[in-house]
Amino acid sequence: MPTLVSHPDEVKVISRRFGQGAADIDKYLELDGYKAVQKAIAQGENMAAWIIDTMKASGLRGRGGAGFPTGMKWSFVPKQSEKPKYVLVNGDESEPGTCKDHVIFLHDPHAVIEGTMIAGLAIGAKMGFIYLRGEYRYLLKIVEKAVADAYARGFLGKNIFGSGLDFDIVTQTGAGAYEVGEESALMESLEGKRGVPRIKPPFPAVVGLYGGPTVINNAETIASAPHILLMGGEAYAKIGSERNGGTRLFGISGHVERPGVYELPMGYNLKKAIYDVAGGIKDGKKLKAVVPGGSSCPVLLPEEIDVGLDFDQMGKAGTMLGSGGIVVLDETVSIVEFALRTIAFYQHESCGWCIPCREGTDWIKKTLTRVYNGGGSKKDVANVQYLAENMMGRTFCPLGDAAAMPTLGFVKKFRKEFEDYIEGHKAGTPIITVEQLVGAH
Amino acid sequence: MSEIANSIFSPATAARFDHLVTLYPVKRSALVPMLLYAQDEVGYVSDAVVTEIAQRLDLMELDVRNVLSYYSMLRTKPAGKYNVQVCTNISCMLRGGYEILDHCKHKLGIGHKEVTADGTFSLEEVECIGACCWAPAMQVNYDFHDNLTTVKVDEIIETYRAGKGKDVK
Ligand SMILES: Cc1cc2nc3c(=O)[nH]c(=O)nc-3n(C[C@H](O)[C@H](O)[C@H](O)COP(=O)(O)O)c2cc1C
Ligand code: SF4
Ligand code: FES
Repeated sequence: MPTLVSHPDEVKVISRRFGQGAADIDKYLELDGYKAVQKAIAQGENMAAWIIDTMKASGLRGRGGAGFPTGMKWSFVPKQSEKPKYVLVNGDESEPGTCKDHVIFLHDPHAVIEGTMIAGLAIGAKMGFIYLRGEYRYLLKIVEKAVADAYARGFLGKNIFGSGLDFDIVTQTGAGAYEVGEESALMESLEGKRGVPRIKPPFPAVVGLYGGPTVINNAETIASAPHILLMGGEAYAKIGSERNGGTRLFGISGHVERPGVYELPMGYNLKKAIYDVAGGIKDGKKLKAVVPGGSSCPVLLPEEIDVGLDFDQMGKAGTMLGSGGIVVLDETVSIVEFALRTIAFYQHESCGWCIPCREGTDWIKKTLTRVYNGGGSKKDVANVQYLAENMMGRTFCPLGDAAAMPTLGFVKKFRKEFEDYIEGHKAGTPIITVEQLVGAH
Repeated sequence: MSEIANSIFSPATAARFDHLVTLYPVKRSALVPMLLYAQDEVGYVSDAVVTEIAQRLDLMELDVRNVLSYYSMLRTKPAGKYNVQVCTNISCMLRGGYEILDHCKHKLGIGHKEVTADGTFSLEEVECIGACCWAPAMQVNYDFHDNLTTVKVDEIIETYRAGKGKDVK
C-alpha cells in the first residue's frame, strides 16, 4: 500500500484530505465534501458561466501532460448540441514515473466524483465516465463504492441537490495499454474498440464520445475543481506562479532518500524539490540526471535543475512539466541502459498505426540494444539521433514525440557517455539480453 | 435472469454482465471490462468466452478478437492462480526492479510469461504499474506490493503459496 509522505513546504489543497479516511462518504462530507457542487448549483441560471469563469480565474492547467487551460477547455464545448454531452475522466495514468492519480483514487475518490459533476454542470452533460487503467482494479473498487455511496445519498442520479438536473457516473477500467491514455484513444477504448487514436479535427469538445461533445480531463485536474470552487479562482491562482495557477502533485521517484507524492505550488524550484523535499540523493551519492515530468520529458543535467516547476519555466529549460513524475538518477546509472529501457517502453506501447512511430521506436530500440550489448559503433549514436529527429511531429498522435524527445535529450546531452561506452566496451561482453530488457508484453 | 440461456459464466458474473450493458449509451462499451471480468473468472479469454461475449454484445467474434489482441492484460492462455507481475520500468529499474525480477525467476523456477508446473504461479515482466514512488513494485493478480526487497518477495510468495494471500479480483 502506498505510503504517504509529507514535507513542511507542501501546500495541501488536493491532498488536504489524504490519510483521513475520506474514501468514506461521511468523512468526506465532514471535510467540506460535496459543498463545491452545491455552491455551483446555488448560482442558479448563472451556474455554468460561474464555474467556467472561476476555473479560468484559477489558472488551472491540465495535469495530464499538455497543460491546456482547463477553464478554456470547458468553454469550448458548444452550448447547444443535438447529441448528449459527456465528461470523461482520464485515470489511465500510464506514463512511467507517474503515480499521483493512484493516490487521489485511493485517498479521495469523492473529489474525483464531485469534480466530474462540476465539469458536467459546466458544459451541460448528464453523464460522466471515470476510466482507470486496468492495473488499478483495487482502486476501481474504492471508486465504485464511492459512486454507489453517492447514489445512495441521492447526490448522483435524478435531480442532484435539488437542481432539477440529472447526473450519472459510470466507472470502468482499461486492460493494459499506455496509448489508451491519449484522449481520442481513450474514447475508442471506452467505446469498446482497440485503443488507437482518432484523426483530429474534429476535437472531442465538438465530436467526442458517441459523437457527442466531450470534455476529457486528467483525474488530478478534475479533483482540483471542487477545491477551486470552494476557495475561489483568484485565491487558487495566487498559490502558483505566473500563468500556472495553484498546486500540483509531484511524484518524486528513483534515487532520492524520500520518494513519494508531494503537493507543491506550481513554480516550486526543482532542485529544492529533490534536495529538500525528497531528502536529496540516496546514500549520499552524486546526482547524474533528472527526468522531470514522466519518461517522455527530455533529461536535465545537474546544472540545469535550478528551475521552477511550471509549464512555462520547464519549457524554457528545454524540457516539459509533463505528468509531474520527477525521476532522479544518481551517478551509478548508465545512460545507455536508461535510454534503452525508456525507448523499449515506447516501442512496446506504440499502437503501430503510423510508420514513423512504429518503425522509429523499433529501430532506435534495436540500435541501442546493439550498443548496449557491446556491438555498437559511433555512427549508431548519430543514427539514433537521425531516427528520433525524423519521428518528431510526423505522427498521428503525440506518442511518437513522447518517444523521440527523451531519446534526443539522452544522445545530445550524454553523447560522450555513449561514445565512451562504445569505445570502452569489449565487444561480446554479455550484460543483459534484449529479451530480458524488453520482455514485458 | 441472464439474457443468455446457457451462459458459461457463474450466475453472479452473468448478472453483472446483464447489468453492465445497460450502463452505457452503446452496448459495445462494456466489451473491455467484460473481457477482464471473464478472464478473472475463467482464468483466460477462452474461445467460449469470446463466443458468449460476442453474442451478448451483438458483435462478430472477429470484433472481440480484434480488441482482445490489443490489450496486454488480456490473455488467451491460462496464467497461474497467482500471476506475479514485476515492473522493470525506469523508476523500478533504478531501485532494483531487475533484481526483483531475477529473484522471482529463481524462486519460482520460471521465466517471463511462464507458469509453474503446479499452476500456482505465473510470472510476467510488466511496464510501469503506477507505483513508481514506492518502487520497486509488483502486482500479484490485482494486489499491489511495493518497496520490495528480495526478502519481502520471499515472504509474499510464501503467503500466497500457503493460500493466505489477499486475492483481489
Ligand atoms: C501517448 C499518450 C498517453 C497519455 N496518457 C495519459 C494518461 O495516462 N493520463 C492523462 O490524464 N493524460 C494522458 N495523456 C494526455 C491526454 O491525451 C489528454 O491530454 C489529457 O487527459 C487531458 O487532460 P488535462 O487537460 O486535464 O491534462 C496522454 C497523451 C498521450 C499522447
Ligand atoms: S504515434 Fe505511435 S501510438 Fe500514436 S498513432 Fe502513431 S503509431 Fe500509434
Ligand atoms: S516504474 Fe515501476 S511502477 Fe512505475
